[in-house]
Amino acid sequence: MRKEKFPIGIPGVNLREIEREVPVTEPPAWPINDKLKHVGKSVKRTDAILKVTGKAKYTADINLPGMLQGRMLRSPHPSAKILSIDTSAAEAFPGVKAVYVLRSNMSGAEPKGGEDNGYPEIKYAGQAIAGVAAKDGQTAEEALKLIKVEYQTMPFVVDMDEAREPGAPLVFEQQVEQEETGGGGGGAKGLEQQGNVRGPSTKSFFGGPRGDVEQGMAEADVIVEGIFRTQVQTHSALETHGIVADWKPDMLTVYASTQSTKGVRSEMASIFDLPESKVRVICEYMGGGFGAKYGAGNFGVTAVNLSKISGQPVKLMLDRKAEHLAVGNRPNSWQELKIGAKKDGTLTAIKQESYGTAGIGLGAGVGRVAQAVYECPNFLTEQYDVFTNAGPGAAFRAPGNPQGAFALEQLIDELAEKLGTDALELRDKIDNSVVRKEERRLAAKAINWSRRKKPGSDTGVIKRGIGVAQSTWPRLIDIDSTAEVRMYRDGTVEIRSGVMDIGTGTRTILSQIVAEELGLEPEQISVKIGDTLFPNGPASGGSKVSGSITPAARNAAYKAKQEILKQAAPKMEEKAADLELKDGMIVSKTSGKTMSFKDALKQMRTSQIMTSASREDDYGGFMVGTFISHGDLGSVQMAEVSVNTETGFVKVEKIVAAHSCGRPLNPMQIQSQVNGGVIQGISYALYEDRVMDKNTGHMLNANLDQYKIAFSMEIPDIEVINIEEYTARSSTDAFGIAEPANIATAAAVANAIYNAIGVRLYELPMTPDKVLKALNLV
Amino acid sequence: MKKEENKPAGKKGFSRRNFLRGTGLTAAGMVVGTKGFAGEFAPAAAPVYGPDEVPVTLSVNDGSYQTLARPDEVLVDTLRERLDLTGTKLVCGRGACSACTVMVDDKPVCSCLTLTMEVQDKKITTIEGVADGDELHPIQQAFIDEDASMCGFCTPGMIMSCKSLLDRNSNPSLDEVKKAVRGNLCRCGTYPHVFKATLKAAERMG
Repeated sequence: MRKEKFPIGIPGVNLREIEREVPVTEPPAWPINDKLKHVGKSVKRTDAILKVTGKAKYTADINLPGMLQGRMLRSPHPSAKILSIDTSAAEAFPGVKAVYVLRSNMSGAEPKGGEDNGYPEIKYAGQAIAGVAAKDGQTAEEALKLIKVEYQTMPFVVDMDEAREPGAPLVFEQQVEQEETGGGGGGAKGLEQQGNVRGPSTKSFFGGPRGDVEQGMAEADVIVEGIFRTQVQTHSALETHGIVADWKPDMLTVYASTQSTKGVRSEMASIFDLPESKVRVICEYMGGGFGAKYGAGNFGVTAVNLSKISGQPVKLMLDRKAEHLAVGNRPNSWQELKIGAKKDGTLTAIKQESYGTAGIGLGAGVGRVAQAVYECPNFLTEQYDVFTNAGPGAAFRAPGNPQGAFALEQLIDELAEKLGTDALELRDKIDNSVVRKEERRLAAKAINWSRRKKPGSDTGVIKRGIGVAQSTWPRLIDIDSTAEVRMYRDGTVEIRSGVMDIGTGTRTILSQIVAEELGLEPEQISVKIGDTLFPNGPASGGSKVSGSITPAARNAAYKAKQEILKQAAPKMEEKAADLELKDGMIVSKTSGKTMSFKDALKQMRTSQIMTSASREDDYGGFMVGTFISHGDLGSVQMAEVSVNTETGFVKVEKIVAAHSCGRPLNPMQIQSQVNGGVIQGISYALYEDRVMDKNTGHMLNANLDQYKIAFSMEIPDIEVINIEEYTARSSTDAFGIAEPANIATAAAVANAIYNAIGVRLYELPMTPDKVLKALNLV
Repeated sequence: MKKEENKPAGKKGFSRRNFLRGTGLTAAGMVVGTKGFAGEFAPAAAPVYGPDEVPVTLSVNDGSYQTLARPDEVLVDTLRERLDLTGTKLVCGRGACSACTVMVDDKPVCSCLTLTMEVQDKKITTIEGVADGDELHPIQQAFIDEDASMCGFCTPGMIMSCKSLLDRNSNPSLDEVKKAVRGNLCRCGTYPHVFKATLKAAERMG
C-alpha cells in the first residue's frame, strides 16, 4: 500500500483533500474534473453512429445461417392444472423442426415440495407452457394452435385486496422462496406465510429496525399519517425479452437481450449441466431493460431446448403481449406510514407497514426511502408480499423506492405544513446530507421556489403548484468486475469486458477512462464489450456499472501504461519512473525528451501487451460484504404542475432534477439518464397502470396503446443539475445515476398537485378521475 | 400518441393487422382505415395473390430487391426477415409506437401496418437509406451531437419521423417537433434530446 492524497467533497461547498492508502498496483489519484482532459467532458456516444444508421445489431436482429423462428404457447387460464399435453400434430406440421414442453415454471417464487406431474402448474394467464421452432414465424404460430392441452381450471385471484382476505383462492399451497438479489428482487428467506400473505420483512438493503417506535411516537408533539397506494407498472422496454440459441456439441452460444451476460451464462450452464466454459453469451446492443432482463427465463430455456432438439439455431423473441404479462413488472403497494416529530421538526419515530403484490413472485417491498433519507432514532418497517395470479414482478429502476418516496415525501410536506414551516426549511433541519442541501439550494433557485404560493391559493380554473421530493440510493459495487486492456504493435488500443451497454453509455465512458490514462483521444480506444469471452463485467443493474467497471478499466490501462513505459525507457535512455503519456507522446518529466506512443508500440517486444485488473475494495475500508459499499447518492427533484380543476387533467410543466453520482464522467450522458428517469417517473405518476380483470384474471391492456406511457406531448421542460461530489473511494471515484433519477419524480409531482389544488392525492396514477374525486366533483 | 397524417391506414385503407386483430381505438387513422375497408377491398379489379408466397419486387433505398412474400405479409417482416434490413424495428405490431416507421413514396408509414403487396410499385426508404453513402443526413448527425439515442431501439423510427418533418418544414417550432414525433415511443426518455437535435438539424440545413 502507499499513501495518496485525494480530492473529497463538493467543489464550491466543502472540497478538501484526504489521504488514503491505495494498493501499489493502482494509479495515482486523479484531480477534480476541471483538470482532466476527457473524463467529465461530454464526449459523444461512441456507438451513436451505428444506432442512427440502423447498423447496430440487437438480439432481435441476429440472423444466423439455418436459423429457425421460435414461438411460445402461453396459458389462457389464470390458474389451472395441466392434465395432459399432446404435441404430435404440431410436430407433424410441415416446416416444424422442434417442439418443447416446459417441465416447470422458471421465474417467480419457487414452491417447496408439492406434486410434479411433469407439466408446469399454471398460476397466471400468459404463463409459458411450450415452444415450437419452425422454418418461419407464421409456421410456428400455426403449429402452436395444434398443441392440445387439457386443463383443469382452478379458482384464482388477481386483486391484491381480495387475495389478502381469509378464504381467498391460494396462489401457492406450499411455502415458497425466491433468492434475494442486490437490485431488490426476491425476498428474505424463511418468512412466515399465511394464506397469500408472506412476511413481514423488516429489512431493506442495510440494517433493520432501530430504536423503539412506540416510545418515539409517545415523545412526538405532532404526528402525521396516511395510507398510500401505488399501481403495477410494466417495464415495457422496446426490445422484448428474447434470445437466439445456437446449440453445438462443443459450445452453446446464446445471443441474449439481457442486463447480465455472466448471469445468463451461469444459469444456462447450471440448467443444461454444462461447464461455464462451454456457454458463451453475447449482448452487443440491447433495446432497454430497466431491471427486468436477467437470467435465462422460460423463453430462454425453451429456445435452447428447441435448438438442441433441432440442431439448428433458434430465435425466440417475446411478443408485446407476453412482454407485459410474463417477464416482470413493478409491484403495486398499499402502505401505511406514520411519522412523529417534535415542535421544532426533529423526527422522533417513523413507522411503515406495507403490502404489495409481485404476482407469483416476491419483492414487493417499498424500499429504504423511509429508513434512510432522514435521521430518526426510532424506525420500524413491516413489509408483506401478497401473492396473486399474475406474472412475477421484477426489479424495476430503484425497486420499491418510488413507492416509498411517494408516501414519505408527501408526509414530510404535511409535517412542514402542520408545523407552519416551509417544506425546504424543514428538510434543511431534518436532513443531514450535505449533497442534498446543496441540491435543494440549486434546485430552488432554478425553479424559483420563492414564488410558491399557499396550497390551493392559485386563482382560476387552471391552478399551478410547485412541489419537492428527495431520495437516496446506495453506492452499489460488484467486485466481480474485470477489464482487460490490449495495446497492439500497429498502435491501436482496445479495452475488453463482459459488461454491457444497455443504452446507458458504458462504451463511451470506458473509452474516456482509458484515453485519459493513456494520454490518447477517446476515439482511439476500441471498446469491446457484451461477450462472456471477455473478462466478467458487472450486471447492468443497481446503478453499479460506472462504479464497478471504470476503476477496473483505469487500473488495467495503468498497468499497460507501465509496461510500455518500461519498454520505452531504455530506448529513450530514461528511467521509466520519469516518463509519462501525454497527447499521444511519451514525455520525460526530467529531460523533456519525447517519443511518440505509436513508435513505442511499434518497438514492443511482443506484438501485443495485455493487462487486466478487477475492481478492488473501496479505498478507506468502505466495504460491506462483497457487494455493497455504503454511503448514499442524493437527489432532489422539484416539479411545477398545472391542474385543470374542471377536467382534472394534470400537466407537468417543469421538472428540476438535482443529482449526485460521485465524479461525473460524461455530463451529456448523465443528462440523458436523468431525463429518462424523470420521464419514467412522470409516466408512473400520471399514466401507467396495469389493469387486471377480476372476473377473467386477464390483463386488459397488454399493448402499447391502452397501457398509457408518456410520449412526446407529455414531456415537460426538464432541467438537470449535476453535483460533482468526490468521495475518494476508487481510482475513478465514479458512480451510476440511472436509479436515483427515477425515485423522487412521482412524489414531487404529488406534492406539486397538492400545492396547486390544496387537496392531497394518496393513490397513483394521479389520473383526472382521482383529481376530480379529491376535489369532490364526482 | 395520435399521428393521423402519418398513419398508413388512413391513407391506404386496409392492412392485415388492422383487419385481423381489430385493434380498437389506437389511432384515428386506423378508424378511418376500417371505414374505408369495405369500399376499397370489394372491387373485383383488386389483384389476387397467394395463398402461398409469391415473388415480389421492391424498391428499397434506391435498390431493387426481388424476393418472396406472403399475401398477408407486412412490410416490416419482409424488410427484416427477407432482406436483412434490420434497422427497422418491430415493437408493438399495431401502429401504437412508430418504431417501425419507414418512408413510402416519401411519406412516413408504420411498416407493421403496411402490406408488402401494397408497396411493390412504390419507393421505400428505410433507416439504412437515410445517409448518402458515408455522409450522414443532418438529422442523423444532430442525433449524435445532442445524444438523442440511448438504447437506440426507437431511434430508426424516431429519425424517420423527424426527417419527414424536416422534409415538409425546414423551420419547425418546438411544438411542431413534438407533434411530429408524438406517435414515437421512447422508453429510455430521449425526447428532450430528440427535440433539440431536430431543431439543430433544421438550423444547419438552413
